[in-house]
Amino acid sequence: MTCTVFRIIRRQTFLLPCLLLVLMANGCQPSASSSNEILIGHYASMTGSEATFGISTDNGIKMAVEELNAAGGIRGRKVKLITYDDKGDAREAGTAVTRLVTKDGVVAVIGEVASGLSLAAAPICQEASIPMISPSSTNPKVTRIGDMIFRVCFIDPFQAHVCAKFAREHEGLKATKAAILTDQASPYSVGLQDEFEKSFGAMGGTVVSKQTYQAGDQDFSAQLTSIRAAEPDVIFIPGYYTHVASIILQARKLGITQTFLGADGWDSAKLGEIAGEAINGCFYSNHFSHEDQSPKVQEFIRKYTAKHQQTPDALAALGHDSAMILFEAMKKIDSLDGVALAAELAKTKDFDGVTGKISIDADRNAVKPAFILEMQNGKPKYVTTMKPGE
Amino acid sequence: MSDFAQTLITAIAIGSLYALIALGYTMVYGILKFINFAHSDIVVLGAWSSYSLAVKLMPALGYSLDAVPPIWVSVVILIAAMVFCGAIGFSIERLAYRPLRRAPRLNVLITAIGVSLLLQNVGQLSFVFGASPQDMPPLLSDRTLTTITFGEGESVHQLVIGLVDVVIFATATSLMLIMQYLVFHTKLGVAMRAVSFNTETAALMGIHVDRVVSFTFVLGSTLAAAAGFLIVMKYPSISQPAHTIWVLLGLKAFVAAVIGGIGNVRGAVLGGFVIAFVEQFGAFYISSSYRDVYVFALLILILLVKPSGLLGSPLREKV
Repeated sequence: MTCTVFRIIRRQTFLLPCLLLVLMANGCQPSASSSNEILIGHYASMTGSEATFGISTDNGIKMAVEELNAAGGIRGRKVKLITYDDKGDAREAGTAVTRLVTKDGVVAVIGEVASGLSLAAAPICQEASIPMISPSSTNPKVTRIGDMIFRVCFIDPFQAHVCAKFAREHEGLKATKAAILTDQASPYSVGLQDEFEKSFGAMGGTVVSKQTYQAGDQDFSAQLTSIRAAEPDVIFIPGYYTHVASIILQARKLGITQTFLGADGWDSAKLGEIAGEAINGCFYSNHFSHEDQSPKVQEFIRKYTAKHQQTPDALAALGHDSAMILFEAMKKIDSLDGVALAAELAKTKDFDGVTGKISIDADRNAVKPAFILEMQNGKPKYVTTMKPGE
Repeated sequence: MSDFAQTLITAIAIGSLYALIALGYTMVYGILKFINFAHSDIVVLGAWSSYSLAVKLMPALGYSLDAVPPIWVSVVILIAAMVFCGAIGFSIERLAYRPLRRAPRLNVLITAIGVSLLLQNVGQLSFVFGASPQDMPPLLSDRTLTTITFGEGESVHQLVIGLVDVVIFATATSLMLIMQYLVFHTKLGVAMRAVSFNTETAALMGIHVDRVVSFTFVLGSTLAAAAGFLIVMKYPSISQPAHTIWVLLGLKAFVAAVIGGIGNVRGAVLGGFVIAFVEQFGAFYISSSYRDVYVFALLILILLVKPSGLLGSPLREKV
């Protein structure tokens, strides 16, 4: 009898340290209630091919947090930001948000830029009744996931409409034939493609060639040769900057001289750095222009540039705005309960943000104008503003 | 017509890259009868070491990173990357595979996957190459060699032949010719083929098997490094070391080796070009959405019709 017990204990000895470790880990776990800080989470692509998206957004949020804490926080409690890198990978995004919600116990989550990643992580926030604000995911499906999911940017049907209208009506373009090159695995890209095709068709244009690529592709010659053969007036690439830059470089080498048109996924300092002269004269729609002369925008640009030695892009501005409307809602309610916070966020009306007036509509989207920018010498220059409903 | 020719040029350039990488897979398989999964990571290493070298070497020599340096700088970078990857290939074989020489083949295969993961993740460390894509400084002018114009008036078609495609094809071809000479016209080559034919008998005949295996790894790795260098020259935006694109590239090169007949050196080259043609023409004439599908569909077809590959000799049971 004793013998058997001993044998069991001996067999289990390795389990003991394991158990102890688990207990210790549990003991070390930071919990929101024990400290006086309010935790908010951010998941973003801090590394990988969309790294500037995550880094800019994080810088924008951090600025908002610092300003808030300097002004006394929320009813005397300071806000602490926890950022996790999702490497631009949908699975990593899910893991990061699960960790924020279950282990860190954040009261709200900000993220992601890429629609595909927001779509992957939003159900986790919805399930846990933790509000999530996407700073810049434009795919309409993101906020349809549930009443906990918000965004502070416009959505793809509007953005694609703006691009199509610009392509049809801009003096230098007046395009009747368009080609589209889409990232077939990205909900952002596919969403924009569909909407652009619809709008462009409705305005009397035709899409003469539809080609696809996949994130990570390096060679686009086959697609571009097809596009070249179709002789379009304008080529629409609803993709992210790293690929867009490579595509345009390769297109110019193939003798394609047409204008390229894109959306907010182009917005990165890297775009001009990689593509250089090849991208001069190409246009994209965006949430923000640093040439906006309003004092609020200029103040933001001054502070951001002083801190990061870089002009803020739209992602930084949207990151800042999403944190600001979150704080605004937090200030108005007594508890930090997720459901109450979401209800308060939904009431946001005419909030004066860096990216314009933000009002959350019934579908939890923001209704805002879009800016069209033109690439000149590697930098975006303001061309025009397109308002919703025009 | 011009579009056909344009696609052909792309296919030849990409085919040369696949062929260079496929050679490494096929040679190792020919000698050790196992698939070296870490081979695609040597390509990554070749690409990233070329980048690191270029970024360090060009300013040190007084050349700006934005301007194209003289051609000898590129040659130095290429040779340095090849030597470096050759050394890494040698070490991998010495440290990871040689201790398992007598172990079941499955163990070696799993070790190869382990080595591959190790290389990918070490490469992602911030003090090695980092986890963000980088841009290769220009080593070759963006020049178009010739532009041939077809047709007149409204329907002008152009055929653009870029310098980079010609350089890729020329470099790859000369490297493959050197390798062909090594394998078929030198004593070491005879030894390699003997070991591949029958390791034990070759050892009994006084061939130093370990040395031959090391040489094979070094040769395969230098070719992979050259492929990595050529890739970053053509596509200056280099993806981070653990990006799936590299795995897909390696997988396609492996498919090229299988299609050509794994273990057969000429088959690997043929396979490389065949899959590049299928991929590029499929993407151009059918749909670019199914680019990878064409390659793997061809693999299935070849395996069904001629399981030993295009140039492979059918397996005969030894009696």
